[in-house]
Amino acid sequence: MLIKKPDDIKPSEITPESVYRNRREFMKDSSKLMLGAAVAGMSGMVNGQEGDALKARAPASLEGSSPPSWLAKKFTDIKPAPDSEPFFTGETLTPYRDITNYNNFYEFGMDKDHPSRRSDKFQTDPWSIVVTGEANKAGRYNLEDILKPLDLEERVYRLRCVEAWSMVVPWIGFPLADLLQRFEPSSKAKYVEFETLVDPETMPGVTSRFAIVDWPYREGLRMDEAMNPLAFIAVGLYGSILPAQNGAPLRLVVPWKYGFKSIKSIVRINFRETQPLTSWVDLQASEYGFYANVNPNVHHPRWRQDKERRLPQTLFSRKYIDTRLFNGYADQVAHLYEGMNLSVYY
Amino acid sequence: MSVGPLCTAVFVPITGMGSLFKPAVFFVVLLPFGLLVLRVLQNSLGPDPAQELAIETGEWTLRLLLITLCMTPLRQLTGRLEFVRVRRMVGLFALFYASVHFLVWISFLLSFRWFAIAEELVERPYITVGFAAYLILIALGVTSPLAMVRKLGRNWKRLHRLVYLAAILAVIHLLWILRTNISEAVIYGAILAILLGYRLASYVGKQNRTAR
Repeated sequence: MLIKKPDDIKPSEITPESVYRNRREFMKDSSKLMLGAAVAGMSGMVNGQEGDALKARAPASLEGSSPPSWLAKKFTDIKPAPDSEPFFTGETLTPYRDITNYNNFYEFGMDKDHPSRRSDKFQTDPWSIVVTGEANKAGRYNLEDILKPLDLEERVYRLRCVEAWSMVVPWIGFPLADLLQRFEPSSKAKYVEFETLVDPETMPGVTSRFAIVDWPYREGLRMDEAMNPLAFIAVGLYGSILPAQNGAPLRLVVPWKYGFKSIKSIVRINFRETQPLTSWVDLQASEYGFYANVNPNVHHPRWRQDKERRLPQTLFSRKYIDTRLFNGYADQVAHLYEGMNLSVYY
Repeated sequence: MSVGPLCTAVFVPITGMGSLFKPAVFFVVLLPFGLLVLRVLQNSLGPDPAQELAIETGEWTLRLLLITLCMTPLRQLTGRLEFVRVRRMVGLFALFYASVHFLVWISFLLSFRWFAIAEELVERPYITVGFAAYLILIALGVTSPLAMVRKLGRNWKRLHRLVYLAAILAVIHLLWILRTNISEAVIYGAILAILLGYRLASYVGKQNRTAR
């Protein structure tokens, strides 16, 4: 996949907001359009960056990397997000440029700009996922077969990183439950485990001797968490296919948990009876828990969690906002953790 | 190694190219700060500028501390006095970058929430360690004028040996905050180990000579 540096993107290549919205048939929903425009106007004034922050910045050059035609076709028909929580938030969208240039994806390197700068060799076609464990339909599936029966929809979610920054991202994808049910998990499947691709040829971070992650990166959810309607698999953002640095070709999005739970570039799905050992717990169990629910009251040893920096920031107009329990999705997910001590199961 | 010759060396007038060395070093170590100010003005620190500023100023503090610790060995190995003449200045620059680092942390990262700042200092070991290193640098900075050197006499040298502790704490501070790839801390730690090892070796060598 060819990813150009942001400097290479000519203004003429940037999809105008109107085009982006038309494509998603946003015009159907005039109330949201007006809200969106108002938010865009406001943020434009605050940031003063090239007019507005809400403009879809999905550059033509990214789409020019020519996704396979079957995938491109899927993106012509995307169901817009409903206009209310939890699948949509009226908060200002984080600009495309920041979502795609400020990433934690250690397979490509440790710095925030490494994933966007070092992922140009990354290949997402062909792509397949191996399904293993407690499921009737285990086996290897091509991405095309996985996506074929699924309708793409948009979800505008908050993304809260454990490092105390956050973004608002317009994802394109489908509910995780719709995918998992097709593999017919058995009654023994109490947990689902995911793995990220490890490819030393195209992922320079995995060959670093000092990276102490035991590749492949692993994450997991309890089955009832995975089946929650909020849990989502993204294949795109801002109306176009997912760039490598954001976890192409498909990644998990669990908005009520810290960002590291939302595993990228998935190649394996494993249904299991026991709780999987996830990468961060493996590295530092005293700091990272299996649940990793966003919780302002449970401080991480490294970062305070009671506030967050909403990106993008400028030094003198900082958006330093209160972090909410379950990242503001308590109504949808709090019941999953009833009776659990969240300080113990962090 | 006694304080005397090194201190008097500072007063020997320098002529020729040597006189340009100190101003040159001054501008070189100020340059990273200048570039950061430029990036602030251009708004080109990325979407999370506070974090970026904290990272950059912290790294430059550690680099300058290590450079300060290189000066004495460089003088001993090359015999050139210029190195010791800039030692205090580079050390003070380390304090300067540490102060900016600290200010970025309490202002841009914690918005002057004093209770939160106090909590951070107590509850997070990497912050406690970093703050301890900063307090040491302040003590060394305050006692760096020649008047203080004279006033403290032998104690001055004892006090200023704390710079080794400050450098060790600074490396631990970095090691603790890195999430997985510890290569940076390993490199800085290795340089520090060499610099401390050099001093240990010359100390042991001197003990042996006096014993004989």
